[in-house]
Amino acid sequence: MGESPDIIKEEAAEILEEMAQSLQLGIIRFFAFTLSKAFKKLFQRVKVNEEGIQRLQQAIQEHPVVLLPSHRSYIDFLMMSYILYTYDLSLPVIASGMGKIVPLNVITYFADFLGMKIVGEMLRMSGAFFMRRSFGGDKLYWAVFSEYVKTMLRIGYAPVEFFLEGTRSRTCKSLTPKLGLLNIVTEPFFKGEVFDVSLVPISISYERVLEESLYAHELLGVPKPKETTSGLLKARKMLGDDFGSIHVYFGHPVSLRSLAQKKINRSNFNLVPRHIPRKPTEDIQAFVNNTGYRMVRLQQENMVVSPWVLIATILMQDLPGVDSEYLIEKTAWLRSLALLFGAFLDWPDHVPTSKVVASSVALHHNIVRNVNGRVVLIDEEKPNDNSSDDLVFKKAVTVLMCASYRNQIMHVFIRPALVAAAIHTVCNARKEEVFSYFNFLRELFANEFIFTPGNAVQDFEDGCYLLVKCDAVQILKQDFVVTETGQSTISFLVAMLRPFLEGYQVVCKYLSEEVIEGFTEMQYVPAVRIFAVKMIISGYWLFLFNIYPAVHRSTNMAMPLWGLFSKVAHNPTSKL
Amino acid sequence: MASSSNISELQQNAKERLRIISGHLQKPANREQLRVSANECKAEAADRSLEKTGTIPKRRQDILKWNGWGYNDSKFTFNKKGQAEFTGKRYRLSGMVLPALREWFEKTFGASLEHKTPARSALDPSEVPPPILNEGFVQDLKGTAIPFSCEIEDRIFRAHGHCLHEVFALREGKFERVPDLVVWPNCHNDVQKIVELACKHNICVMPFGGGTSVSNAVECPSDEKRTILSLDTSQMNRILWIDEKNLTAHVEAGIVGQDLERLLNESGYCTGHEPDSMEFSTLGGWVATRASGMKKNIYGNIEDLVVHIRMVTPRGVIEKSCQGPRMSTGPDIYHFIMGSEGTLGVVTEVTIKIRPIPEYQKYGSVVFPNFDQGVACLREVAKQRCAPASIRLMDNEQFQFGHALKPQVSSIFTSFLDGLKKFYITKFKGFDPNQLCVATLLFEGDREKVLQHEKQVYDIAAKFGGLAAGEDNGQRGYMLTFVIAYLRDLGMDYYVIGESFETSVPWDRVLDLCSNVKERIIRECKEKGVQFPPLSTCRVTQTYDAGACVYFYFAFNYRGLSDPIHVYDQIEHAAREEILANGGSLSHHHGVGKLRKHWLQETISDVGLGMLRSVKEYVDPNNIFGNGNLL
Repeated sequence: MGESPDIIKEEAAEILEEMAQSLQLGIIRFFAFTLSKAFKKLFQRVKVNEEGIQRLQQAIQEHPVVLLPSHRSYIDFLMMSYILYTYDLSLPVIASGMGKIVPLNVITYFADFLGMKIVGEMLRMSGAFFMRRSFGGDKLYWAVFSEYVKTMLRIGYAPVEFFLEGTRSRTCKSLTPKLGLLNIVTEPFFKGEVFDVSLVPISISYERVLEESLYAHELLGVPKPKETTSGLLKARKMLGDDFGSIHVYFGHPVSLRSLAQKKINRSNFNLVPRHIPRKPTEDIQAFVNNTGYRMVRLQQENMVVSPWVLIATILMQDLPGVDSEYLIEKTAWLRSLALLFGAFLDWPDHVPTSKVVASSVALHHNIVRNVNGRVVLIDEEKPNDNSSDDLVFKKAVTVLMCASYRNQIMHVFIRPALVAAAIHTVCNARKEEVFSYFNFLRELFANEFIFTPGNAVQDFEDGCYLLVKCDAVQILKQDFVVTETGQSTISFLVAMLRPFLEGYQVVCKYLSEEVIEGFTEMQYVPAVRIFAVKMIISGYWLFLFNIYPAVHRSTNMAMPLWGLFSKVAHNPTSKL
Repeated sequence: MASSSNISELQQNAKERLRIISGHLQKPANREQLRVSANECKAEAADRSLEKTGTIPKRRQDILKWNGWGYNDSKFTFNKKGQAEFTGKRYRLSGMVLPALREWFEKTFGASLEHKTPARSALDPSEVPPPILNEGFVQDLKGTAIPFSCEIEDRIFRAHGHCLHEVFALREGKFERVPDLVVWPNCHNDVQKIVELACKHNICVMPFGGGTSVSNAVECPSDEKRTILSLDTSQMNRILWIDEKNLTAHVEAGIVGQDLERLLNESGYCTGHEPDSMEFSTLGGWVATRASGMKKNIYGNIEDLVVHIRMVTPRGVIEKSCQGPRMSTGPDIYHFIMGSEGTLGVVTEVTIKIRPIPEYQKYGSVVFPNFDQGVACLREVAKQRCAPASIRLMDNEQFQFGHALKPQVSSIFTSFLDGLKKFYITKFKGFDPNQLCVATLLFEGDREKVLQHEKQVYDIAAKFGGLAAGEDNGQRGYMLTFVIAYLRDLGMDYYVIGESFETSVPWDRVLDLCSNVKERIIRECKEKGVQFPPLSTCRVTQTYDAGACVYFYFAFNYRGLSDPIHVYDQIEHAAREEILANGGSLSHHHGVGKLRKHWLQETISDVGLGMLRSVKEYVDPNNIFGNGNLL
């Protein structure tokens, strides 16, 4: 405080200088050329829904557009810019939002990745996005940044793009939306500076995620490999590998105006000059939060699920491996269930299931192998260590990779699975009882899966509807009756949830048994990890691997878990 | 004061003056000269057989349309050649052919001369509900010798203002609740008698001035079971005195704007209050609705002009005891009256400021490359507090509309000159004809000062890319506001319905409000199934220190809609919501009436509404003035 306006102005100008890019078309062309070469090497194909592109084109002409892609890989924003460039749409302004990525790393990563240092500079010159430092607490930076984004929207210079999830999801499950940037882009509408804003959910699905093993290591607490030379070497190696196909689905533009209709009274902004920043009111916060969840759900709906995801889901229930005959049969069954539940499956036409399974297994040769008619997870090779800790670690890496693919379909199954678990647990199958247990689980997993706040009844109804639709359950008056054929479906769905429940159990166990006094997050995460490894070694085998995502992911995780702990303690419902 | 010896000279003066001011008003021919009269009301009352007339007679339908705007003899039609022309002799445009109008009309609305929707030619008496008459009241009223009528035509004429749905219903011949009785008081005392009787017999009184309301204010509440008495103030139209020392005039509230100006002009004065409706709206109506005049930058709005008000209420007469120019005597009681919209009583007499007629008047216009630049210029003019008597900025659609009203040019030379102008602006200066917009200006005062002022304003305009575009364009712009209401009647003959509405808004929100409201209208039309793109246009009509008044025109072709008025109402409602969401006010000068009372509570807060309610409860506990406006 107390700095003269001149100094602040100067600082602001510097920040702006750093953000604002000079657009040079030649660079963009060259860049697009290079990217297309790299992409062609890495991936079999990139599939884009062209009618979505047309809708986007239309939307750009009408109102300011905010692109909201899912975030699974560093590739995401490159892919976005590349596609928009290819379809001759204006390049998006990418606001790298909250979270902890320092975007300069992004540059170096890709500079390394492509073996060219200049790429970073070229990215700047492509005018496509601006950088963000890690600005915890830097109010000036935040002010300049948000004004920059809002100006982009107001003048409609280019679509604004950012990641609702804030950071790449290491588990391939959608992360709960971060609201900082969403608050910024909705404000010009609330203040009447633009007529409407189109929010476009975009789902980018990878058949094989580039960072799959990196993520698994990160989740296990191993620091990222150095990004310089080793990264470069790795990148070279990667270029020879096959990462399958990518699906980019541009969803229907959602009008912010229609979302806000009857919910937000814009005249609340009448009494203070619009340039004075104000903390969003409670109803605005609730609205933005709701919108965030809605958009993430829309991203999920259009996520393309590959056959391998189904295989991973089955494998995760039968570790370390299954007969390939059984796998083929089960995959076919799961396929029809997933389709019934509305999954967006990318299943090749006119190819027998056995071939589909075989080719999926071949593509993911770093996770599974077909050994003597059995499909089994492989152990990562780490020749020098043979301690029991390390054995667990080796297994863990592959299991986590496998789990991350299973996670890609969790959004399809989670609602019926929670209902199934509730039916399975509650002795009395009356609807209210089932609902109340469903609601308990739903709240328990509020940070684990995406549930729109305040939407419990609808979620429950959706889950019930799907269970009835697949003939697993009949609803007689107010009671649930599991059909004979439905038993296996219910068991499968319950088993799908088990790793998550057990992960939370381990954390609770740790908290009740080991914690004596307060701890910091820095201590907490590794401590839980060590605790879990101990349990595994002592023979208490469980599907623990999911606790890593649970404990690693969010800095706020400890707090809900404390609450959770007390809840579980008072609800001895561990019948699972 | 006017003396009879130089009256012809003054009359000549007045004629000239009027021609200049409103550019179109011509003194009605063959009318008995109105004399400034300081007669006591009682003397008049004794001699009622001598019909005393202003412009507005008791039987309004004799000169005014019963189911449309303005004079019977003035209207737009398409002649045999299919060209638009304006009939009559009253206006500058009268008798002229407007060759561009038809094409503009067809292109803008997708309308066609083939598809007509004519109004019913005559009133069908059987469709008008019979009057509910309180016999005791009628007997007592007869005793006062104040003229009244229960004739159907008189009652229908006072059953409506000029909202779209009101005029549409008239054209279709649909009537719900209409006044049961019309009474024409001649002076303040007559009004007092009427109100006393109304209280005694518990009937409902609705004051009626010019009937130019566009807020549903004179529509009868459909659930009113009592006798509804329409109190027509048109016969209270005298200037009672002029005080040249203090520059004030004491005037009866029923006088219409054009008569007031004409009579004052004869004495060398004017009020300078010129709302667009000034031909028909009355002084009392201005007070009751907080009216605003085109030249408010020099003369002020009605609240600035009024020195003294006399109003008859069920509790008695309210007025102040002196005419001090400003008082600190608690909240100003006149501010309960101004904007009360006939819910508290009848304004009978008003003392109003007057000014000597300005020496010189000059129109002007400036073309801007786009609306944004134009608004920026108006803002700068307001900041420097150098606004001319009137400054208005029309958007591109309205600019094109204005062009469609150009009369046939008489000579090849003028047409050549027009072409040259157009070439200069669009080709040489590079203005996009679909972007450019025009500001119209009116300067008034000493000749020298006007010229100086003019230069100052044009210099500011130049900084915002504005080019001076001549007096003619300016004058035509002002003419537009007087004929637009006539044009609506033409539109209604061909499936086109429309309306105007206004707001006031802080400067920083003017542009956003204009574009958002226009877009909202277009979008709502689409969503409500309107088959043709609507006309959705606006202009900034007044500037203030802290904001501006914005006026919207909205019209569309309703072919293919089963209930066009309902659709129209929904869209106007949405547009108003959009205005409020963008920081605009509920109304700048049209008032609340019944049309906008839905939003009054959120506009002035619960407590604010409670304050107004408590005043109403004290002044009029039995809701004698039960027109249902405002609260």
